Amino acid sequence: MGLNVGSDIALANAMAREILFAGLEDKTFISRGTTGFEAYRDAVQPYTLEFAERVTGIPADVIRDAAHQYAKADRAMICWTLGITEHHNAVDNVVALINLSLLTGHVGRYGCGCNPLRGQNNVQGGGDMGALPNKLPGFQDVCIPEEREKFERAWKRDILPTNGWNLSEMMDAMGRREMTALYVIGENPAQSDADMHHVEHLLRELDHLVVQEIFLTKTAQLAHVVFPATATWAEGEGTVTNSERRVQRVRKAVEPPGEARDELWIMSTLAERMGRGWGQPTAEDVWNEVRALSPQLAGMSYARLEELDGLQWPCPDLTHPGTKFLHARLWDEDPAKRGRLAPFSVVEDEGPVERPDDEYPLTLTTGRRLESYNTGVQSGGYLSPLHRGESLDISPEDADRMGLEPGDMVQVTSRRGTLETRAFIDPGLRAGMVFMTLHFPDDVATNVLTINATDPRSGTAEFKACAVRVEPVRRGATRGAHAAEPFAAAGDD
Amino acid sequence: MDLHLRHAAPTDDERAAVDALLGPPRSSWDGGERGDLRDAHVAIGGREARQQRHLLLPALQALQARVGWISETGLDYVCTRLDVPPADAWGVATFYALLSTTPRAPRVLHVCDDIACRCTGALELIRAIEDSVGPAHAHGPPGDHVAVDPDGTVWMRSPCLGLCDQAPAALLQESGVSPRERLLGGMTVERAAAVIQRSNAPLPVVQRSSAPPDDSNNHTLSLLKRIGAVDPTDITAYRNSGGFDALRKAIEIGPEAVIREVTDSKLMGRGGAAFPTGRKWDAVSKQAARPHYLICNADESEPGTFKDRVLLDGDPFAIVEAMTIAGFATGCEHGFLYIRGEYPLGAERIQHAIDEARAHDFLGADILGRGIRFDIEIRRGAGAYICGEETAIFNSIEGYRGEPRNKPPFPAQAGLFGLPTVVNNVETLANIPSIVLNGGAAFAAIGTEQSTGTKLFCISGHVARPGVYEVPFGKTLRDLMDLAGGVSTGRPLQTILLGGAAGVFVGPTELDIPLTFEGARAAKATLGSGVIVAFDDSVDMRDILLRIASFFRDESCGQCVPCRVGTVRQEEALCRIASGKALGGVAQEVALLDDVGLAMKDASICGLGQTAYSAIESAIHRVGVFKARA
Repeated sequence: MGLNVGSDIALANAMAREILFAGLEDKTFISRGTTGFEAYRDAVQPYTLEFAERVTGIPADVIRDAAHQYAKADRAMICWTLGITEHHNAVDNVVALINLSLLTGHVGRYGCGCNPLRGQNNVQGGGDMGALPNKLPGFQDVCIPEEREKFERAWKRDILPTNGWNLSEMMDAMGRREMTALYVIGENPAQSDADMHHVEHLLRELDHLVVQEIFLTKTAQLAHVVFPATATWAEGEGTVTNSERRVQRVRKAVEPPGEARDELWIMSTLAERMGRGWGQPTAEDVWNEVRALSPQLAGMSYARLEELDGLQWPCPDLTHPGTKFLHARLWDEDPAKRGRLAPFSVVEDEGPVERPDDEYPLTLTTGRRLESYNTGVQSGGYLSPLHRGESLDISPEDADRMGLEPGDMVQVTSRRGTLETRAFIDPGLRAGMVFMTLHFPDDVATNVLTINATDPRSGTAEFKACAVRVEPVRRGATRGAHAAEPFAAAGDD
Repeated sequence: MDLHLRHAAPTDDERAAVDALLGPPRSSWDGGERGDLRDAHVAIGGREARQQRHLLLPALQALQARVGWISETGLDYVCTRLDVPPADAWGVATFYALLSTTPRAPRVLHVCDDIACRCTGALELIRAIEDSVGPAHAHGPPGDHVAVDPDGTVWMRSPCLGLCDQAPAALLQESGVSPRERLLGGMTVERAAAVIQRSNAPLPVVQRSSAPPDDSNNHTLSLLKRIGAVDPTDITAYRNSGGFDALRKAIEIGPEAVIREVTDSKLMGRGGAAFPTGRKWDAVSKQAARPHYLICNADESEPGTFKDRVLLDGDPFAIVEAMTIAGFATGCEHGFLYIRGEYPLGAERIQHAIDEARAHDFLGADILGRGIRFDIEIRRGAGAYICGEETAIFNSIEGYRGEPRNKPPFPAQAGLFGLPTVVNNVETLANIPSIVLNGGAAFAAIGTEQSTGTKLFCISGHVARPGVYEVPFGKTLRDLMDLAGGVSTGRPLQTILLGGAAGVFVGPTELDIPLTFEGARAAKATLGSGVIVAFDDSVDMRDILLRIASFFRDESCGQCVPCRVGTVRQEEALCRIASGKALGGVAQEVALLDDVGLAMKDASICGLGQTAYSAIESAIHRVGVFKARA
């Protein structure tokens, strides 16, 4: 189903209405495991198939068919990536999908559930370790006294009982000069964040910027101090957690090059210079501390991770086999064992912040291409026959209307910025949609176009939708021929 | 080739060829016209399209048959239809010798230059063709820019075509709106020139009737009983000769009883591996995973082998009946018959037999009104010896490069499409009706204790009466040579290749080897697929060994290093020996061959690499070919 960008909630709510209309909801699960059903049921009533067809562009019969197939499936899973979450209403989008899984009982059973697919091997691990503004390791809440106090006792330090800032909030705080120092580990915000000119300005204005990186990224080039770090998947010891919550060991295979230092060494040494002598703990020492403080990781000793090829949390003790899937408790016949029930939440269709209009008639969505990775820090240096540089991917219809041939230079303009790149005609796009990536920020800074409309709850920006205008650049007036060669080479080899 | 589709427009012919197989496209997503608004919001593709992947090889074959080669635009269109990345499909297209990815004239004459045909002058024939009509077709550069003569004919050398009894052999491929393929026996330079130059001279003898040579051995034929005696295109004639009685009886006694009879018969697989058929069936029938698949392996490509061709051409209904019984017994509802691309007549006859059987309720959703469901689909190979390997055949049918899989899992657990699969050779299956009708014990009474029933032997080379011979197990090599009329040239016998290119050469003093599984094993030989190729003393064995080495080098799928590299090194060493340029002397080259051969035998994934040195090793160490001539 190729929905109009940003119409995910209309689609999910219409599927829900159809499922209810056809009586395909899982009444047992709804009554046992959920709350808020009545309000949800009433809220989706306006989302008729006809309404959804108008908003999403998907024919009503296809939505109906999808609803029936999903509801009737023995096992069904909803997986998503950034197309759901890189919106100004990201959390609502996710909630709309969770509602569907609750409605059909496709949750808490093997082969079911909701899965955000991660773009990196260890995004989940970052969360596990408490790299979230409101969590401590093991998803323990910084605002819940008994959870916080455990850490305070162990670390012999007070912890602020307030939520921290997410990335977007940090940027705002930097803008207000409330935040004046930043320590960046393995991120390249100078090129990966929306509204790039603005981000670069903020980073330059900091009193102190520390970057710990394996490459000298654009962000690192702005830093006062750069710590050359190791590629943890090959040059260091530790663990990662994948999308199915499986914690796996990572082992050192090669010595890091040059003066690169183990990340743990960098942080421990930094702590020592700051007057906090941690000594030099091994990765396993650190992990054992994590286990001691995080009940759901407690049973995952290095020995067990080794022996069992990883374990899925929760794994509370050394005899626990790990947990294949979550939320089975919601199905328990005994109400006492169900714990906190899963709430339905009413969410409404809003659409993207910026919609196409006469001045900016096209919707730009940004994303990734198979052969490249994010800002190109790790992938840009490798040769691939698939690399063809950045381009504006445009539908045959729009290209035709503008008289564009493949490879023609175009100027792309949004309310925030403008850039030039080459046109690539992609029959996979429909009229009205254009697509770019963030893989080649040094050549084409796509994020000068994107909108910094952020979901305050998740902190993600609306990379997936902004309004742009595309104009052909007259031949001869081409600035910078960087894209010419990759295009010529893209054909035959 | 790219991972991305190019959306390059196919020619009308290419589109027509593919659409004839797959039906017209349903949307712009799978190759239709762009412009339907619905297509902008509903994608056709995904899992549904990818489940059609098994049609990739047939689609490529359709292009080849219609256009004479597979262009990038044609390939792109197939990929659009089936949702396969072009680079992936390119890997499949270039895997098969009968598919061309470079422009080629629409008519191609493949002239066999393999070992059996060499005994009847294949090389002299090829030299004469070169002199009279010019050199063999060489692959041009890839691309759409090379002009080919739309009425032209080219010729190429070919490995064994399975027509060794009518050597020298050739295969004519004619592409176009009505493509045709024919196997041609008894080739002469005049006949070849007539085909290539399209003169009005009468075409060469099209593959002669499949009747076996007169067998005056006086035992009752079982496998060959209908060959040449019952019209292979007439289902009534088949039924009048006892056809489908076995199927009725099988349904009567039930699957367990059928498997019990087959187990009691001690029937062993006739494809070369000699695995007990009953055990295979029993294992698959007990698998809980569904569906089960049956594959009749008719990819008979072992040089010197042509027994299955005789059965497919001459008694196709029997194969259909046997497959139906096998499917019934092992819980399969779908069977594939994978026939080598070089057997056009067999494919045609089998297809006819399937259609007829279906029309008469011997196949389909309700066989004989008993609610039994079984049907057969033909898949044609496209010139790849390796696809006869029992797991490579899965990949080939599934639309992947025909590369063997690692075992385990074994086919009985995870075979075709990852499901329990029975793979049986044609000749193995051909034994089934008589086992069902007469009982396993009666079958086991024929032959020896360990080798039961009768066996087909393919005798060719320097023999007076080349052909397929059916004898009860227990005869010696000498008996078979006598049946075939002995050495045809009147010269002394130099050596016999037993079991095919993957078999062994035996010397003239070893004619008393009993041709049973246990007898061959005791003699450190193998029956393989029943090949007996005789060479008189005029043959330069260096040349024969070089041909065998070149065969394995060419047919290695390239997947595993020992075989991919080893078969090249082996050919190089034999090439140096044959041209008198042995490095450090023949003995040193032989030591190298032994070393490489051992590595291939120990470390290759499949039987091809494991046996690629077998025949050469035996020629060197058993027959002593280099001692005599080096």
